[in-house]
Amino acid sequence: MRLKVTAIAAVLMAASGISAAEGLKVGMITTLSGGGAGLGIDVRDGFMLAISQSGLTDIDVVIEDDQRKPEIAVQLADKMIQSEKVDVLTGIIFSNLAMAVIPSSLAQGKFYLSPNAGPSQLAGKGCHEDYFNVAWQNDTLHEAAGAHANETGYKNSFILAPNYPAGKDALTGYKRQYSGELAGELFTKLGQTDYASEIAQIRASGADSVFFFLPGGMGISFLKQYADSDIGLPVVGPAFSFDQGILQAVGDAAMGVKNTSQWNKDLDNPTNAAFVESFSSEYGRLPSLYASQGFDTANLLISAMASADVSDKDAFREALRAADFNSTRGQFTFANNQHPIQDIYVREVVLEGDVYTNKTLGVALENHSDAYAVECGL
Amino acid sequence: MTMTTALLAEQVLNGIQFGIMLFLMAAGLTLVFGVMGLINLAHGSLFMIGAFAAAAVAGATGSFAIALVAALAAAAAAGALMEILVLRRLYTRDHLDQVLATFALILIFSEGTRAVFGSFPLFLNIPDALSGTIILPGGIQYSLYRLSLIGIGLLVAFGLYLLITKTRLGIQVRAGENDREMIAALGVDISKLYTIVFALGAALAGLAGALVGAIQSVQVGMGEPVLILAFVVIVIGGIGSIKGAFVGSILVGLTDTLGGIFLPMFFDVFMDKSAAASAGSALASMSIYILMAVVLIVRPSGLFGART
Repeated sequence: MRLKVTAIAAVLMAASGISAAEGLKVGMITTLSGGGAGLGIDVRDGFMLAISQSGLTDIDVVIEDDQRKPEIAVQLADKMIQSEKVDVLTGIIFSNLAMAVIPSSLAQGKFYLSPNAGPSQLAGKGCHEDYFNVAWQNDTLHEAAGAHANETGYKNSFILAPNYPAGKDALTGYKRQYSGELAGELFTKLGQTDYASEIAQIRASGADSVFFFLPGGMGISFLKQYADSDIGLPVVGPAFSFDQGILQAVGDAAMGVKNTSQWNKDLDNPTNAAFVESFSSEYGRLPSLYASQGFDTANLLISAMASADVSDKDAFREALRAADFNSTRGQFTFANNQHPIQDIYVREVVLEGDVYTNKTLGVALENHSDAYAVECGL
Repeated sequence: MTMTTALLAEQVLNGIQFGIMLFLMAAGLTLVFGVMGLINLAHGSLFMIGAFAAAAVAGATGSFAIALVAALAAAAAAGALMEILVLRRLYTRDHLDQVLATFALILIFSEGTRAVFGSFPLFLNIPDALSGTIILPGGIQYSLYRLSLIGIGLLVAFGLYLLITKTRLGIQVRAGENDREMIAALGVDISKLYTIVFALGAALAGLAGALVGAIQSVQVGMGEPVLILAFVVIVIGGIGSIKGAFVGSILVGLTDTLGGIFLPMFFDVFMDKSAAASAGSALASMSIYILMAVVLIVRPSGLFGART
């Protein structure tokens, strides 16, 4: 990993031809190995694409792999702050790692721009003037799934998520909007790969729909086994189990599933069209929502650099808060807690040629801000 | 939630199926430890290699049967290479050296697999002939593929039993478990025996990876969670005992599956639904480790463990 980072840094230095002392230094801690690697790689690639498109010569990005381990993420953050002297930190995918790194980085006077994790603890009372979330607060995509369930007329949902903080946020988020009955509510083990027992309970529950939040490989396993069970009840969930990176591994089992996302590759705005086009040609694959989040995060940072110097923290903070950049989501504004106010869409999994992907069906929640913003004193 | 007999029977089948897949992993692990005295943390990597080989070959040929053969061959070859190149040097070293070296192998296999196949999960699906469900006696609707897994696992277990008790190789394996130096002194080519046993264990892990990969996510690192459970199984069953690995696997499979259902139902009696789901799930995650602790208190060398 060190080699790759050095290589990227070297390329950047060569491209700039000057030392980065006068510019801005970004520390990206993200997951590049192990089970969650696909997410971090997409965030990194989206971020670096925006940096290279900007043509900026005074920005230096140091990238390190947290291996999805909180203790490693903390060590990397210490190193980046103390020896690399970065100005801005970004990159963390998983909420438990975010909680280990972000509060202490903020306490040491660094800016943090989150391209993914949005734990509720940092959105309400624990919000911070130097913390900006460019993706979403964790609950919001699940809230949109609940709203979609109401609209579709589901009356008796069976809901399940892994037994960890983001899993609890998921079920809370769904229930915050969903107004029907619950046929069952289950917490699975984090990292669980066999869902035979849960599927048997769904079959026996008399539910009319299934809501699940099982990110990454867990979702792949569940969907394959669910499709094989012949239960056939409609499934709804957040985009995390239906993103571009894993759909090909799920295959036909995901066809037709409705899922909620703040972004899709068919969102009709020029920034998004150009992003999808350039990402695909640069990396040879379609972008995922994680890639769009990385891209937006970098563009937010670049927009702030254009109007303020990071050494003037107050001015730089104001420039970030203005969010004066072209987002892949179209309009982009921050709520008072510096999390996005945004439309959340319902998408459907479709087959285009021989590639599984998503098509936007409509808006589930319009101009949605998270439920914790009112508790934030900013 | 009400628990009908059909639902209970289905859950028992799920527990047995889970246990039998664990057995395929645990059998190799316990043989290697029993015969060679080697702790092999990289056994989970062989599981992953089996799944990746199956996914790649199924993608290229469209045949699940060929994919299974490829998984067996790839895992056995990887196992034999691993034994000859690395592990052979570790038999006389202490367990800490073995743990360090085989942990390094996990990292090498994981990053090597990522270099070849990329970071995104691979597709491997159930063959059409085995997809869907069938109705069992008693009105139980059950996955045909899972039923096939139980059948294949039982066949493999029976085959292993015959191999260990009825063949010359089996005699050597049993003798090797008892006294390594003595069978070498009797003229058995011990290093060839070790390579064969290791490749056999690796092939079983690869088979499990391919079979399970069809209903799970084929991704880097998929072997490690299974490895931990396989270690629990061989500790419960008694290290070195194939019979112990079988009984331990079924026990762990049933405890894990049924614990996951009954504990939340139990808490539901006196807690609200969300809290019961959360508390039950937390305790269910611990249930197999509690089982292991109880077994170790009653029988410190495991259920069928010979060593004291």
